[in-house]
Amino acid sequence: MVGLVVVSHSERAAEGIVEVAAEMAGDTPIEPVGGDGQGGIGTVPDAIGGAIDAADDGDGVVVLVDLGSAVMNADVAVELSDAEAVIADAPVLEGAVNAAVAATDPSATFGSVREQAEAARGMEKL
Amino acid sequence: MSEEGDGEAASGALSDGEAVVAAVEAVADRIEAERDHLTDLDSAIGDADHGGNMARGWAAAAEAARDLDDPDPQTVCKTVGKTLMAEVGGASGPLFGGSLVFASAELDDGVTAESAVAFAETYLEKVEDRGDARVGDQTMVDALTPAVHTFKKSIETDELSPLEALAKAVDAAERGVAFTVPIRAKKGRASYLGWRSVGHQDPGATSALYILEELLATAADALDSETPDVDATSPTIPDESEEATASDPEGD
Repeated sequence: MVGLVVVSHSERAAEGIVEVAAEMAGDTPIEPVGGDGQGGIGTVPDAIGGAIDAADDGDGVVVLVDLGSAVMNADVAVELSDAEAVIADAPVLEGAVNAAVAATDPSATFGSVREQAEAARGMEKL
Repeated sequence: MSEEGDGEAASGALSDGEAVVAAVEAVADRIEAERDHLTDLDSAIGDADHGGNMARGWAAAAEAARDLDDPDPQTVCKTVGKTLMAEVGGASGPLFGGSLVFASAELDDGVTAESAVAFAETYLEKVEDRGDARVGDQTMVDALTPAVHTFKKSIETDELSPLEALAKAVDAAERGVAFTVPIRAKKGRASYLGWRSVGHQDPGATSALYILEELLATAADALDSETPDVDATSPTIPDESEEATASDPEGD
């Protein structure tokens, strides 16, 4: 299956987003990662790399990110990872939910999951 | 950014790897000394954490570099980059550290004038790509681009010694830092300020300059040379305009 990683500056935010997305995720591996590793706000490339490895079962990993340096750190982690991984250019929560739904489709591919995550960019709420 | 030991000149003193460790220690000391200044620059246009983040990261990087057994330049750069990525919060971690990890691959066969140019170019490319920043955005790219271009040209076109090339690169970086003052930030936290970012010196560009200055000082030490007294202006382009003016009797 295609795996998912949710990256946030806040570890709790990442866990909360995964909690929401997991309701729709079936057996999809979905890993939260966030925080500066010392209980503070931030992101660490090695930790993101670890989450990518944990979510990867060979079919690739789509990474959802929040803001600023989280994007850069995820970018570094993706580039250093041996797994096929890509950042979806999408809002982190909506993108994670979309990706989780897409990943449960039996014909889901790495590309289709990313595409569905990025479709969340156009989501209107009112 | 690059240690220009060509091996022979440094023999008897430090190995190239030891010289790179010494450079990292010098950078850590300098950043610590400038911590408050960097924080002041950042508090004017950002979130006032640049000095503290960089000081913490470089202190950890110097310690990691010191702990290496029989270090070679590539391993030192990679270790320092990884430590910076883990220890420096915010965007400086992936920009300063991540770029170093990738650029270190250029030092596979040690440090030569050629590999130092490749290292510098890869470093700049990674910073530009990762930060999606170009010259004129009021970022460290404004210091690094003139430094890297001047270094490359000094080596490849002017055939200067690596130490002279690095000295010219430092001067170019200094001009780049000055250039960040009167322009408007387009990237990074300062860009949220819009026109209010004009008139402020970019902290990241300033850090990049300090790092280059320490590399130069350490390289000069390792090569047992004086720091060359040069500036970034070019000695190689024939001044045809002078001739043209001279042959034009009345001038303007």
